[in-house]
Amino acid sequence: MSNKFIGQSVKRLEDKRFLTGKGRYTDDINLPGMLHAHFVRSPYAHARVQSIDTTEALAMEGVVAVFTGDDVKELNGVPCGWQVNFRNGETMREPKHPMLIATGDTAKHVGDPVAVIIAETKSIATDAAEAVMVEWEELPAIASPADALKPGAPKVHDQYPDNKAFDWTFGNPVEEVDAAIESAAHVTTLEFVNQRVVPNAMEPRAYIGHYDTVSDKYTLYTSTQNPHLIRLLMCAFVLGIPEHKVRVVGPDVGGGFGSKIYHYTEEALVTWASKQLGQPVKWTSDRSEAFLMDAHGRDHVTKAEMGFDADGNITGLRIKTIANMGAYLSTFAPAVPTYLHGTLLQGVYTTPKINIDMTCVFTHTVAVDAYRGAGRPEATYLLERLIDLAALEMGKDPAQLRFQNFIPPFDGVTQPGYQTQVALQYDSGNYHPVLEKGLEMLGYDDFRQAQKEAAQSNKLLGVGISTYIEACGIAPSAVVGALGARAGLYESAQVRVQPTGKVSVFTGSHSHGQGHETTFVQVVADKLGIPMEDVELVHGDSDTVAFGMGTYGSRSLAVGGSAIMKSIDKVLEKGAKIAAHKLECAEGDLEYGNGKWTVKGTDKSIGFGDVALTAYVPHVYPAGLEPGLDFSSFYDPANFTYPFGCHIAVVEVDKETGKVTLKRMIAVDDVGNIINPMIVEGQIHGGLAQGIGQALLEGTIYDENAQLTNGSYMDYCMPRADDLPMFETANQTTPCPHNPLGVKGAGEAGAIGSTPAVVNAVIDALWSGGHQVKDILMPLTPERVWRAMN
Amino acid sequence: MQIQVTVNGKTRKSEVEDRTLLVHYLRDQLHLTGTHVGCDTSSCGACTVHVDGVAVKSCTLLAAQADGCAVTTIEGMAIQDSPTTSQLHPLQEGFKECHGLQCGFCTPGMIMTAADLLKHNPNPSEAEIREALEGNICRCTGYHNIVKAIQWAATHSTKPEPNQQEEPVVADEHLFTNDVTTGEVVETH
Repeated sequence: MSNKFIGQSVKRLEDKRFLTGKGRYTDDINLPGMLHAHFVRSPYAHARVQSIDTTEALAMEGVVAVFTGDDVKELNGVPCGWQVNFRNGETMREPKHPMLIATGDTAKHVGDPVAVIIAETKSIATDAAEAVMVEWEELPAIASPADALKPGAPKVHDQYPDNKAFDWTFGNPVEEVDAAIESAAHVTTLEFVNQRVVPNAMEPRAYIGHYDTVSDKYTLYTSTQNPHLIRLLMCAFVLGIPEHKVRVVGPDVGGGFGSKIYHYTEEALVTWASKQLGQPVKWTSDRSEAFLMDAHGRDHVTKAEMGFDADGNITGLRIKTIANMGAYLSTFAPAVPTYLHGTLLQGVYTTPKINIDMTCVFTHTVAVDAYRGAGRPEATYLLERLIDLAALEMGKDPAQLRFQNFIPPFDGVTQPGYQTQVALQYDSGNYHPVLEKGLEMLGYDDFRQAQKEAAQSNKLLGVGISTYIEACGIAPSAVVGALGARAGLYESAQVRVQPTGKVSVFTGSHSHGQGHETTFVQVVADKLGIPMEDVELVHGDSDTVAFGMGTYGSRSLAVGGSAIMKSIDKVLEKGAKIAAHKLECAEGDLEYGNGKWTVKGTDKSIGFGDVALTAYVPHVYPAGLEPGLDFSSFYDPANFTYPFGCHIAVVEVDKETGKVTLKRMIAVDDVGNIINPMIVEGQIHGGLAQGIGQALLEGTIYDENAQLTNGSYMDYCMPRADDLPMFETANQTTPCPHNPLGVKGAGEAGAIGSTPAVVNAVIDALWSGGHQVKDILMPLTPERVWRAMN
Repeated sequence: MQIQVTVNGKTRKSEVEDRTLLVHYLRDQLHLTGTHVGCDTSSCGACTVHVDGVAVKSCTLLAAQADGCAVTTIEGMAIQDSPTTSQLHPLQEGFKECHGLQCGFCTPGMIMTAADLLKHNPNPSEAEIREALEGNICRCTGYHNIVKAIQWAATHSTKPEPNQQEEPVVADEHLFTNDVTTGEVVETH
């Protein structure tokens, strides 16, 4: 069947509402009788609530209720979605994450809430918060994960005096890796920090809890990436309310990037409060709160060693990392530095011996969770910095060093997948040509000449390469279950053919910018051979979509799209039975294409719409066949998918000021088959900007009291339009062999390859000017770069 | 205090608190929710509207300061936009053509800022566009396609003055019919 829409850059169907101001984000929704919540938060990173007096606030006109930690003490905390135990078998430490801190307990990061004001208007609630008197006993606090492990460090949870959440090791036995490193002809060692960054989705989190007293049903509107997951976690773990009495709606959501996976305390609290008061309760974060309360990303302190033989072949990789969990464990936190990071340390290289030693620690900071790429950017950063630095140290060409160490191509169909040293089996890969293509786009040889000339001037030139791989299409349930996931990571879909042949598709994936309303419709329209306008995608509402696991880990099309494909297969299978009956032939005599079943070799056919109508008006109908044409499916992937690619950055470094200018950013990505090239390219662009942001601009700064000192857009440097060049992108296509669309996922790629490419480029520029610098702490501010040269 | 503001061509007389910001007035009182709040430091530009034809961040202005002014929001940008007929502003078209939006949250502010730019500089260079967008943050697109969208609009511009006479769709209407479903019906019984 030829594709009419798949592979085309179809303009997005969802755009018009956003372009005309009719997007419908949670904060845009107002319900009658709705009350507004404002949280009273800890101004300290670590402090005991000695007493709390709400009398004055309660007396204010328009204040409906004030709840403190003592009111919600009996409720459970918000849960963690993964369990990764200590290497000695000790259970992962999982402190309760309460919705509000009770009297006598301690706030564990700045912003930890102690009370919530519920008032008739937002401004009354905000004013009343000022009238809540909290007596605090300030306690010592720690923000640095490395310092948190030192003897005598302030304790985050008294019951865990060493501040460890768990430790973990993975890969080949450490003795074997030690031997490989010790016998290496050259060892490149790098000690670095992959700094903490703030996801900063542009829509601040917002929630409306609405308990309806008549139906005894709750509705939660939430800016989430996974409405059904929130329903599951909130109902089963936090509030103990039955799921069939709870509807969770994720309406238009203004970006997520991982920070809206987490089931946040505020979500459960507005839902609970609505029940207490019998009125809807809305809470919308402001940006300052978002900096304090939204899950952050990255925050690793690493020592990495890569051994090479005399010919430049990688012989071993030894990693020791400390990862910051924050004060509490978020939904994905334990998985990010372990099974989304340690398992990617093979990269695209044939490294024979790999071991990682990971310690995950509590600090007095907000929880870390998945942030675009989640673990895979950290793994790529580590590998790509090491191999580029190794090339500089050994006087080899960084591209050639990669070429010589690449895993040879394998398609996963005629050749088996590639078994790594760190558990994963890559599905299909062909790494050499993406780097070749990137170098061709760059004009590598010419660049090296220009770089030599620039070395004599005030502006040094540098090029940085990064060849990444990621594990996406998260995830095969049995595999992640064995690794500690507490939920399955399949996806569900329903394809409901209406009696007129129009199609409603229900997906458990959730679009918060990814364009599902277009991409998924392209797939369905093509597979059924009907116009796109005959198909509508429904998502984001637990009352209309039966189940779902949501959108993260570049999984929507690979997992959610595959679930849709299963339902389409069922529709066509049943449709063929009906068509055969109507056409008085055997099913085997039929072929389907262009929206109709045709008797092979004849002009006898019946259209999709006629079959649909017959299914609902079954007067002339196969005996024993149920009426209706409506199928649900669950798809559990057989493996992760493994997109890969090559990102190349060209920078200019001002010798006088240390200022880095990103001149070119080249991205050659292989994300498997592509349904909508325009949307894939857009995903790559956005990821690149975030990866570049981490390299050059972004990063949290905590003071000695664990206060976030740059918690606003005045202080935290977000990438802006004039910080970035036009991006140069290209694709290669190596289909995924194990899902029906052959897609691998494109949401995270840009953020995974770009960060090390940019840092490598700056290091390369400095070496070209005679400054043999191994590392500069990210973000590479002019001051840091200048100091590295002087 | 009482203010009178012409919003998208329609004159509104409203009672506002002295401290009400223009953005909150637009969103909470007029239910024009296309103008967004993305920060609290006037840094992100999601709330950008036109006041007397000039792009301003509506979180930096009190509603009272807009008294007597003409305000255009994203809801007033389309040349014509009814359920049956639609002719969007070239910038709106450009953002769609060039995939200049993903989650859509920063988009209204981007369009309002870009409209101001094109008014003063109908054929801006890439650098000029990037500089003009300095006060608007997008986290999704990496700006590449936003720059292209504005370039597209610059080359497809045919006197893109928004129709100020057109009655804007009052958000209340679709708020109550679209957004609020079962819960709403029960509440109003």
